[in-house]
Amino acid sequence: MNGREAGPGPFARTAPGTAPGPPPVLEITDLRVTYEPGVRAVRGLDFSVGPGEVLGVVGESGSGKSAAALAAVGLLPPGARAEGSVRLRGRELLGRPDAELSRVRGKDLAMVFQDPLSALTPVHTVGDQIAETIRVHAGATRAAARARAVELLDLVGIPDAARRARAYPHEFSGGMRQRVMIAMAIANDPVAIIADEPTTALDVTIQAQVLEVLRVAKETTGAAIVLIAHDLGVVAGFADRVMVMYAGRAVESGPVGEVYARPRMPYTIGLLKSLPRVAGPRVRPVPVEGAPPPATAPDDGCAFAPRCPIAEPRCRDAVPPPVPVGPGHLAACVRADATEGRAEIFPVPVPPPAPRRPPRDERPVVLEVDGLVRHHPIYGGTFLKRRAGTVRAVDGIAFDVREGETLGVVGESGCGKTTALMEILRLAAPQEGAVTVFGQDTAALTAARRKALRRDLQVVFQDPFASLDPRMRVASILAEPLAAHGVPRARRRERVRELLDLVGLDPVYAGRYPHGLSGGQRQRVGIARALALEPRLLLLDEPVAALDVSVQAGIMNLLADLQTRLGLAYLLVAHDLAVVRQVADRVAVMYQGRLVELGAADALYAAPAHPYTRALLDAVPSPDPARERRRRVPPLPGDPPDPAAPPEGCRFRPRCPRYAALDGDRRRLCETTDPEPHRPARDADRRVACHHPGER
Amino acid sequence: MTAVVRALGRNRRATAGAVLLALLFALAFAGPAVSPWGWEDTDFTAFRRPPSADHWFGTTQSGRDVFALTLRGMQKSLVIGLLVAVLSTGLAALVGMVSGFVGGWTDRMLMWGVDLLLVLPAFLVVAVLSPLLRDGRPLVLVAVLSAFLWMVTARVVRAMTISLKEREYVLAARFTGASTPRVLARHILPHLASLLAVDASLNVSVAVIAESGLSYFGFGVRPPDTSLGTVIADGGSAATAYPWLAGFAAGLLVLIVLAVNLLGDGLRDALDPTSGRAR
Repeated sequence: MNGREAGPGPFARTAPGTAPGPPPVLEITDLRVTYEPGVRAVRGLDFSVGPGEVLGVVGESGSGKSAAALAAVGLLPPGARAEGSVRLRGRELLGRPDAELSRVRGKDLAMVFQDPLSALTPVHTVGDQIAETIRVHAGATRAAARARAVELLDLVGIPDAARRARAYPHEFSGGMRQRVMIAMAIANDPVAIIADEPTTALDVTIQAQVLEVLRVAKETTGAAIVLIAHDLGVVAGFADRVMVMYAGRAVESGPVGEVYARPRMPYTIGLLKSLPRVAGPRVRPVPVEGAPPPATAPDDGCAFAPRCPIAEPRCRDAVPPPVPVGPGHLAACVRADATEGRAEIFPVPVPPPAPRRPPRDERPVVLEVDGLVRHHPIYGGTFLKRRAGTVRAVDGIAFDVREGETLGVVGESGCGKTTALMEILRLAAPQEGAVTVFGQDTAALTAARRKALRRDLQVVFQDPFASLDPRMRVASILAEPLAAHGVPRARRRERVRELLDLVGLDPVYAGRYPHGLSGGQRQRVGIARALALEPRLLLLDEPVAALDVSVQAGIMNLLADLQTRLGLAYLLVAHDLAVVRQVADRVAVMYQGRLVELGAADALYAAPAHPYTRALLDAVPSPDPARERRRRVPPLPGDPPDPAAPPEGCRFRPRCPRYAALDGDRRRLCETTDPEPHRPARDADRRVACHHPGER
Repeated sequence: MTAVVRALGRNRRATAGAVLLALLFALAFAGPAVSPWGWEDTDFTAFRRPPSADHWFGTTQSGRDVFALTLRGMQKSLVIGLLVAVLSTGLAALVGMVSGFVGGWTDRMLMWGVDLLLVLPAFLVVAVLSPLLRDGRPLVLVAVLSAFLWMVTARVVRAMTISLKEREYVLAARFTGASTPRVLARHILPHLASLLAVDASLNVSVAVIAESGLSYFGFGVRPPDTSLGTVIADGGSAATAYPWLAGFAAGLLVLIVLAVNLLGDGLRDALDPTSGRAR
């Protein structure tokens, strides 16, 4: 227990330099959460939030942020123990019986969960569920509660609230469900709302909408809000103060402007530097090497020291106490003086020199997709199965990838990008259209040719936890493609070593099982497996979406380096425009199974021609509080339409801000004709599927 | 493969199962040598006597020595039970995996076959085939018993395979160009191991009991020869009054199943690095 700082609340609002405000609404002092003996998720956490204040709590997976939230509302799983103090308006909540807590929970203290589908009961209508929380706590009559539920649904922006109140949770989209959760949270005018990663499962345009709803909720109830997130981008525009957590402790806290502009704890600096950005010049993100310590690690010194580039021997002596480094700004770092005014403490990785390549037109095409279609039939009927409809997952897309370049395919979930990737990977005749890989039409391949072609075309999957067989050692996983193609055993062993070296893993990992590796290490194994057969084209399916931000940068840099060293071509599928920007030479944007825009990355990011591309770019949260605060309106209203019944004409029309601003005559074109990708006048390399491209 | 064998050797439960099974075999085949009575002998001085120094497991109502009978039955039942378990579980795994993995028409044809066998009354088929079985050749008996034990497991295996084949590591293996048999053996089968191990150990006891049912109808092992199932069936009706008639045989059957189960669990752990280390 060495290094535990004495006294209550070093991170509380009474920090030196803060003006004494109103008494805090929610005050947490020295909170400790233990799951089982030795597994300590939260190791002494202090914070407080005042009325109408928003505290952003940022931490990567395993930092203890969710455990702290669950402890605060008394919803820890059985077996977990919370110590310390959680006070709501001065009343202690910790240690009170569950029945007593239930009267506070949902009334004064509300919670919004990450997954709104599992947080709502599937067998009751959402109106009834909201009405129930009102009736339980306020004792209102059934009719009054119901009327209030409709009012609340209207407030959180659910169109046609009176009718939608009678719908069941599964009839709502993810974003709409999260709105319902927020409506339920504010139903009883809570004094504090804890939102645990409320937007993590959502697309960027929906994320912006939900954050806007939270803002409305705050303004109507005046509640204090604790917004938990896993990266610094999301909270930048909404939070008043931010607290960064690492290994169960707060390592830095302060007003948003201060922390983002002058971060002092090396971990915060690393988080900010590793975050990919869409605005400004294209810079290489700086990774934070290593992985956070497990929850079982002992308290010997600063938990971040093993990953810290400026760590000194004294960092490992004791857990550093938070020290004031600015107005209301605390950092738990003994070297806080060394980080003042210089953010370049992390070594900027030097990319290998780019080889001289002939211009794009002269390089061979490695992958050509023309009019690719993938429709999934929907069957209905009780006795006889009849075809009830068609999901147009991929509906006629065309692009090509040339040697040594990266094409990024971007779109929100359900736009068909992964389906398109899988169609290419099958190396079989598509339903319609043609896929040509290294000059060979996949429709005309024999089984032997197809297998031979697989050497040149490999894939890296999204989730490194799912894509490695848990029963095989790393060496066997890497050797498998080699064995499948008849590489002799001695050569296989040699190649496994080469591959580990290529992706920056120590040879000892060959003998490990996947569950003994961190997420970043697993994804490196996944990349090494894809490289085993020396392919010329890699298909990357959201290669960093399942990883923590500080680790993402390392993987993206690795992919970029491998490309320059090995001359690979990439087809990179991702939902995150910022991630794509780091490696893509060209970008294709998909919406509802169609390609809406395609062009050279720099030009496309600088001047998007399609309104959807513009909206996607605008929706990416940036770790720049000033910029985020200027943006008041979410970039895109509404949800993507039902893929089984796309709207007539342009599929983007119902959400399109440009269409909304058009006059009747020009609207007609959007309403009647589905735009085909065409070349705009100014940019020969661009394709835009919009009748009115380029206008703001 | 050698790694699996080595892991099995390290696994205490697997070792216990193997040792127990070896002891049971030794008892069944070496036991009669030390028994004072042969299984066909009749002691006209002792009818339905409880266990004694003379008759270790007691005697039947016709004066036959239960120890000798039980061991004689165990010889048959061990072989039949284990063979049936291996064959039927193996067939279930093969049909289920191929059906689930390949899909399409192969799947439909195989599942039609499975459903057909499921709805056919087994005993009726056995009755029709009875001329073949009359002479009681054990291998024919094993084949018939296996043929009626695999269908339900095959359906379960098929369902699990369908969900397994969408896993990303299976997709990854297929996209590297690994052949279907290779993917089935390396990525699907290991994940079915625990199900198959449990299924095989259950099938041992089911086969032993089913065989006695068959002998009752005049097929299978026929009197005066005997099997473990027959001993249990014959003595079971009087189990409350004369527990020694079936009790020892039933106890040995439980031991056989236990041994197979321990071996199966050990095999599963040897194949699964994420399940806790050998305890």
